[in-house]
Amino acid sequence: MGAVIIRPRSRGVRSFFTDTLLLTRRNLLLTARTPELVVFAAIMPIMFVLLFRYVFGGSINVPGYSNYVDYLMPGIMVQTALFGGSSSAVGVADDLSKGVTDRFRSLPTNRASILAARTLADLVRLGYTMGLLIAIGLLVGFRFHNALLPVLAGVGIALLFGYACSWLFTLVGLMVRNVESATLAGFLLTFPLVFAASTFTSTKFMPHGLRAFANAQPVTQVANALRDLTHGTGSAGPAALHAIVWSVGILIAAATLATWKFRKI
Amino acid sequence: MIKAEGVEKAFGSTRALAGVDLTVDSGTVLALLGRNGAGKTTFVRILATLLAPDAGRIQVAGVDVVHDAKTVRSLIGLAGQFAAVDETLSGRENLVLVGRLYGLPRREARARASEVLERLGLGDAGDRLVRTYSGGMRRRLDLGASLVGRPLVLIMDEPSTGLDPRSRIELWSLIDDFIKAGTTLLLTTQYLEEADRLADRVAVIERGRLIAAGTPDDLKQRIGGDVLEVRATSASDVERLVNLLTGLGAGLPVADMRAQCVTLPTSERVQTLLAAARRIEESGIPVADLGVRRPSLDDVFLTLTGAGGAATKRPEPRLRPVPGEPSLEPAPNARRVGS
Repeated sequence: MGAVIIRPRSRGVRSFFTDTLLLTRRNLLLTARTPELVVFAAIMPIMFVLLFRYVFGGSINVPGYSNYVDYLMPGIMVQTALFGGSSSAVGVADDLSKGVTDRFRSLPTNRASILAARTLADLVRLGYTMGLLIAIGLLVGFRFHNALLPVLAGVGIALLFGYACSWLFTLVGLMVRNVESATLAGFLLTFPLVFAASTFTSTKFMPHGLRAFANAQPVTQVANALRDLTHGTGSAGPAALHAIVWSVGILIAAATLATWKFRKI
Repeated sequence: MIKAEGVEKAFGSTRALAGVDLTVDSGTVLALLGRNGAGKTTFVRILATLLAPDAGRIQVAGVDVVHDAKTVRSLIGLAGQFAAVDETLSGRENLVLVGRLYGLPRREARARASEVLERLGLGDAGDRLVRTYSGGMRRRLDLGASLVGRPLVLIMDEPSTGLDPRSRIELWSLIDDFIKAGTTLLLTTQYLEEADRLADRVAVIERGRLIAAGTPDDLKQRIGGDVLEVRATSASDVERLVNLLTGLGAGLPVADMRAQCVTLPTSERVQTLLAAARRIEESGIPVADLGVRRPSLDDVFLTLTGAGGAATKRPEPRLRPVPGEPSLEPAPNARRVGS
């Protein structure tokens, strides 16, 4: 056997950041070069805005809001965060089923980077969709009624919630491992959360059991916090705290489980 | 360069590997030959640090794949069963990314990517999106990705699966080049022809155990001489031919349902051929072809895995798989009666 040359590879924190950036860039490039993904990501929330603003909006009255669009937009922002997060399941399952994940894992890559890059890229995508969504909202009459700082805090909470959901759906993607199931799981998990919530209308008039569920679950909590922060109604403190606790809780639990699951793949 | 000892792995109640010992010397090529589900991919995944073994150990250049997985990853290049390349990146972008993940600085990763693209004959296609590549080009690019880091050991899991015959031959000549350059290579295959063509040594795996190992010639000698081959005109006659030929030659006849062939090992080629011809003529079973040829690894494989005589019980009559084409023609070195 000849002399063995073992190439040094920068370890630990540095390789984590370098590799995460490289892989995030790769994930974003893949999205950017798939125009249907970019367009679809934007069209979904826009359709919901138009649907609820113009089709249903006239018949929905929410106490405390003279203009329904001001109630609606924070709801759709949370919905978008959740849907954005669910795309992580598809991305993870796609890479797994194509053997790309195995390739990355067989390289001297920092393995933690692979999932970190997935969720980071999806967060960037979510930022793009969210920006577009707010622009559309402003076009159809939505207005922020609060100071800049609370508004930014609200958008920040929505993104944090979306990032937590990315990890949750990364875990789902690691469990189902194929794109079709990942897409289906995304729909099945997100729909009850989005519709049995204060997303589009107040939970006040829902039947008792449904109302209890709706009030307890994170989408309502985050939507309410966002409303308080963008509309300037009441003190936003408690609602924002709830929303942050939920998001950070989901983030920590999902990231831990996903990392554990990834190690055993 | 690769040393495996007592490697075991179970998935639930399925024992994928039941104690595999294997050595690959530096600069040589080992083909791990086996059917689907024999344990080839499990072995490769453990070797490539993708999966932890339940027992036993594997070392690459003296480095343990479990305890020092990270070092092992910098020594190996893996080309998996899929062309694991990104469709919407160009060939070059794919290779640069892999180079960077190996830890190469940007400039070096670029230079290395160009070098590999040239070597694989993808120089002109390097800047096109992989989406526009043919299956053979993708496979070459995938192979390229495993070369970017200048690995000491190349691991290829069924490299030619799904390739058309021409791409397969191109791939083989590329692999020949690596072999000449002194790369240590472990490849898995279910195509016996491929093992014969590429490998210095062949290890036959079946149900998680190595059932034979040696040079292709060693293995061929095990069958003892030549092979008589009869091709039926219809699949329903194959079983009758098996019964008819039992007792002749130096072993049991083996059926290949897909090619409608029955093969029989023999050490007395002329006598066996004449006896077989007589029996066939008396039985009146129509046959399309009858001849004696040198044994191929296929025959070795079938003999070793005990397929002889049991052919009709097999759920999948996929005994002589040649990628992309069923072996309807007898081997080129077949010597036919009357020609």
